[in-house]
Amino acid sequence: MLAFLGRRILIAIPTIILISIFVFGMQKLLPGDPVLVMAGEDRNPEVMEFLREKYRLNDPIPVQYFTWIGNALQGDLGISLRTQQPVTELIGEKLPVTIQLAIMALIIALSIGIPAGVLSAYKKGTWVDWIANLVALSGLSIPNFWLGIMLILLVSVNLGWLPASGYRPLTDDPLQSILTMLMPAFVLGTGLAATLMRHTRSAMLGVLRSDYVRTARAKGLSEQVVLIKHALRNALVPIVTVTTLLFGELLAGAVLTEQIFTIPGFGKLIVDAVFNRDYAVVQGIVLCTGIAFIAMNILADAAYRVLSPRMKDA
Amino acid sequence: MTDANATLAPRTPSRFWRKMRASKSASLGAVIVAFFVFIALAAPILPVPGPTETDWGAVRKAPSAAHLFGTDEIGRDVLSRMIWGAQASLLAGVVSVLIAVALGVPLGMLSGYLRGWTDAVISRFTEALLAAPFLILAIALAAFLGPSLSNAMIAIGLSAMPLFIRLARAQTMSVMTEDYVESARAIGLGHFSLIRKYILPNIFPPILVQSTLTIATAIIAEASLSFLGLGQQPPAPSWGSMLNVAKNFLEQAHWMAMWPGIAIFLVVLGFNLLGDGLRDALDPRDL
Repeated sequence: MLAFLGRRILIAIPTIILISIFVFGMQKLLPGDPVLVMAGEDRNPEVMEFLREKYRLNDPIPVQYFTWIGNALQGDLGISLRTQQPVTELIGEKLPVTIQLAIMALIIALSIGIPAGVLSAYKKGTWVDWIANLVALSGLSIPNFWLGIMLILLVSVNLGWLPASGYRPLTDDPLQSILTMLMPAFVLGTGLAATLMRHTRSAMLGVLRSDYVRTARAKGLSEQVVLIKHALRNALVPIVTVTTLLFGELLAGAVLTEQIFTIPGFGKLIVDAVFNRDYAVVQGIVLCTGIAFIAMNILADAAYRVLSPRMKDA
Repeated sequence: MTDANATLAPRTPSRFWRKMRASKSASLGAVIVAFFVFIALAAPILPVPGPTETDWGAVRKAPSAAHLFGTDEIGRDVLSRMIWGAQASLLAGVVSVLIAVALGVPLGMLSGYLRGWTDAVISRFTEALLAAPFLILAIALAAFLGPSLSNAMIAIGLSAMPLFIRLARAQTMSVMTEDYVESARAIGLGHFSLIRKYILPNIFPPILVQSTLTIATAIIAEASLSFLGLGQQPPAPSWGSMLNVAKNFLEQAHWMAMWPGIAIFLVVLGFNLLGDGLRDALDPRDL
């Protein structure tokens, strides 16, 4: 396993280098001078020259890249133009909020998506299957930010059951924190549940046709045991992989969800950075999500090897 | 986004149309899409007020005979803005996918056809682009390009491009192993003719399926960018920007938030149903 992980990490290095070039190039290749933004409305030439020197913008572009990547490797992603805080510190502050949202959303997605997928596969061709598929396709088609708005209208404005926005750290008041995060997590989780349901259904359909399931039934085992112990256990291999790969969708969904529910997380950080033209923060976030996504891919491959014995020799 | 990455063999058009007509969900998807295309094209001649016409005497009025979908915060007709907003959404969906296909398919074909170093470079480039989540990449690109509908389309197109590179590469590699390609090579057909006559027609069906499904994703992405203020700029109508304003008036005028969301849901559902139907109709395993 260690050799496998080492090989996968080595393969990922050129990709990470390319991501860093892309992230760095995004600002360099596109029109617009960052100094104009930093200098404010006065645009004093002396101030602009000072800023160019300070941020080493007069250096040749390859030198600028190596300076930037060298600093990034030491955990220095630059300073936020707006808050003057180090980007790494900002990301570190906001990340736990988004992780809480993502974990709650994933729990909701797994508890809806897997049972629905199992039921849909088991009842293939019946009205149960038809409804489950329709609900899943609808879940994929509903923009999650609209679902959020509608839930705020129903649950917060009309019924007054849950708060419409805000965030309470888990360490301050765990119950209140979970309650505040419940609606955003549901909004984020439903789209993922739809994806999971479709993958679970597809994996279960494959497994339910297999010989060992037929044998288990022939042995006289109850349907419940066949379904849970024999079929689902084997179908879980691709489901675990898919769940790991849902990381990208979770992050992208968090951007909009955090915006609607005013949650001060990673997603809101990128949107605020975009509007404040805080390029260092945008670059830092894209670089970090890219690397995290690659790490999740490696983790998905590792999980697949652990869960699927046939892959061990591959 | 559903994956259309399956090897699809040549098939007869009549069988394809028979399967498409037989599929109730694909027909429903086609009807929904056709309806929205019709209202987007007919917007200038439909009997509704202009999308930017304000009526200060009818601010945030609930749906009535005069304003079927109600009015917004400055007295504009919500139905009219919905109809004109369909143009922005569909245009964004189609144009961004065209950008993704126009850039992604040639690169993917080149990668799958030439293999070697070209393939290695293009593949690493694709992996790097795929590593950033679709919407985050689109937001970052839209931010650097500046907020506008055309820049949002470019950003979404570039973010969707790696998907088409990967699909075209896999399909080209699969077609290259077919006997008819081997035979064409054996009789001395040039690279360009081989690609035009054999590879392109055979990789077209999965590209078409993926394009239809990606239009659905692109429409949601455009609505998301406009919702964040990075797409269509006011006062021009777009479903996403309508929702962005509507979220501030939920207690006073909930209809402002209801209709644009329903429209996005329906048109995306339409493209998803159509895409699923196309995939089933073009799937050789069912022939």
